[in-house]
Amino acid sequence: MIPNLFEIFATPYLLKVPLMWLAVMAPAMIIFSPSQHLVTGRYILLKKWTMKQFIKQIMSPLPTHGYKWAALFTALMITLTSINMISLLPHTFTPTAQLALTMALAFPLWLATVVIGLLKKTTRSLAHFLPEGSPTPLIPALVVVETISLLIRPMALGVRLAANLTAGHLLLQLMALAVIHLPTPMWPATVAVATTLMLLTILEVAVGLIQAYVFVLLLSLYLQENI
Amino acid sequence: MASKLQVTKRLLDVKLQELPPWLAAWDYSPKGLLRAVHQAWRCYHNKYINMKKGGVAGISMVLAGGCVLGYICSYERLKHSRWRKYH
Repeated sequence: MIPNLFEIFATPYLLKVPLMWLAVMAPAMIIFSPSQHLVTGRYILLKKWTMKQFIKQIMSPLPTHGYKWAALFTALMITLTSINMISLLPHTFTPTAQLALTMALAFPLWLATVVIGLLKKTTRSLAHFLPEGSPTPLIPALVVVETISLLIRPMALGVRLAANLTAGHLLLQLMALAVIHLPTPMWPATVAVATTLMLLTILEVAVGLIQAYVFVLLLSLYLQENI
Repeated sequence: MASKLQVTKRLLDVKLQELPPWLAAWDYSPKGLLRAVHQAWRCYHNKYINMKKGGVAGISMVLAGGCVLGYICSYERLKHSRWRKYH
């Protein structure tokens, strides 16, 4: 019986009701619920400290008038991190492995940075099409290359996140299948594959965190160029 | 008026004969259901997660429940992969 490896990426249904919206919203709402009390406990304190460090790291290169983007970047980081972490649990759905979600996040945010740059600092935004110190004969080619580089950014942003998550989950699924289906006389191979599976799971945790951070970091860099 | 008084009673205070009118007095509109879910989560969060010296137990129970829900959702697909003598 050949299993369909991509079934794990199908939208979950409960009694014919699609649960995509729950899979996208629930992780952030569960992990990052606000506190009802004035004096908080350890958990909320840990979250506040993490978010403070993240905001300081991401927003420090931006000028003061760019700080209004802090709430958006923090919310984006919280959503992506929590979705990526929860999707590593067994039998859970991975919303960020869907190109629809990642492109829906990447394209409008990239477009916002470009439009802000063109509206507020037109000359400076257009100057990015030619790097400083470029040789004169190469100028036409460089302008074309930089334009393509600019236009490919939202696709790269969206596809990077989706591809990393998809590839990671697929690898985990394959190795888990190998561990289950290897025959008993081949137990050394099973032990080796199971050890690799454990190491790969740790790697996937790191990849989930890093990809979420890279997504937000790149957006802040694009904003830095245009603000 | 009587139904509103019955709604304010806690479940353990409701007598068996009063149970059907107590259940009927609940707000079953989408807004009411959402409010009920939000209140249930708030109570759970304040009791098990938002403690002074909280641990992993509170959030682990929620995640375990999420795994169970995920298993229920994907059972239709998984039942074909069970260990069988003949496929």
